[in-house]
Amino acid sequence: MFKAVYNWIDERLDVAPLWRDVADHEVPEHVNPAHHFSAFVYCFGGLTFFITVIQILSGMFLTMYFVPDINNAYASVDYLQHKVAFGGIVRGMHHWGASLVIVMMFLHTLRVFFTGSYKAPREMNWVVGMLIFFVMLGLGFTGYLLPWDNKAYYATKVGMQIAESVPYIGVYLKELMQGGTIVGAQTLTRFFAIHVFFLPGALLALLAGHFFMIRKQGISGPL
Amino acid sequence: MSNHEGQKPVRKEMSRRQFLSYTLGGTTAFMAGGVALPMIRFAVDPLLQKKEESAFIKVTEEAKITNDPVEYKFKIHQVDGWYESEAELVAWISKDANGNIFALSPVCKHLGCTIGWNTENSDQYVCPCHGAHYTRDGKNLSVAPNPLDEYEVKLDGGFIYLGPIKPNTRV
Repeated sequence: MFKAVYNWIDERLDVAPLWRDVADHEVPEHVNPAHHFSAFVYCFGGLTFFITVIQILSGMFLTMYFVPDINNAYASVDYLQHKVAFGGIVRGMHHWGASLVIVMMFLHTLRVFFTGSYKAPREMNWVVGMLIFFVMLGLGFTGYLLPWDNKAYYATKVGMQIAESVPYIGVYLKELMQGGTIVGAQTLTRFFAIHVFFLPGALLALLAGHFFMIRKQGISGPL
Repeated sequence: MSNHEGQKPVRKEMSRRQFLSYTLGGTTAFMAGGVALPMIRFAVDPLLQKKEESAFIKVTEEAKITNDPVEYKFKIHQVDGWYESEAELVAWISKDANGNIFALSPVCKHLGCTIGWNTENSDQYVCPCHGAHYTRDGKNLSVAPNPLDEYEVKLDGGFIYLGPIKPNTRV
């Protein structure tokens, strides 16, 4: 059945080269844990991406219940966590996954650093990786405010004070991020928009560049 | 004049290709700007909105103030986007040796906890979070990097009015 459908599409659109281009490539021996167990360190990048996919999916589902409004945000999170079936699981995936992404990304960075994979000709991919790192931190910072509990509120206040300490532009930077003079209604909507639309958009574009460069340049050779 | 006879006048003119690329480039920039500018202005609007001058709020009678700081609560009208509310503020008000009335903000200058007066019977402001201490003028003695902020004080008809917060002027 599946085969028949695939063939029907392939006859018309010749899709085989498309997916071969993406998926069909050899994994060099020195990065394959089946050959050398220590090569598992090469898996951290893929694991980061795997968790990122989980973050995007679980986040999409969370927005089915979440309301980014100061009167309703906490109540909606409380509701989806305690009243909705598997709410604790789905929010748990997003909550714990957020930390795990940072951990995996850090391990991936360490691997790239200690195998010297950032060296020519792969410098640009290191830079893109760093941009991904900052986008991820931004996602963590903006997402932290959304439950609108005391921890979220005061963590954001501290974050705003850090932004304010930037020389010269700090005051304006803070007000721009807050969307006003206090951490309030407009901060929550702003952070929601940044967390759900702006940063994921930037992240996907950077990831595309990251992966394109890996395919173009190949995985760095053994030590 | 006659020197130039036989030479064709050189006209500096743009090639057709260059003219077209300038025109197309300009049009593209104009259209891209038309898309981007409204959105940018939309995003930075809170920065450019007029700030409401925070009004002076009547807090208490002048005669009630002693040399020992006392905590006074008062409400300000707070506009937060589409929400308006009465936000409660706290001030520690006292008189100095010269009889000048001053009001200190209770927000610890270390990490923003709420300080209290004389909670350790040491005639000092103490922060319960990380043990910052301040004198009655708000001078930071330990932990905190800066002295306590002050409210602007206005006296009128025997009443105390408090205005915006400013950096400490007493130490």
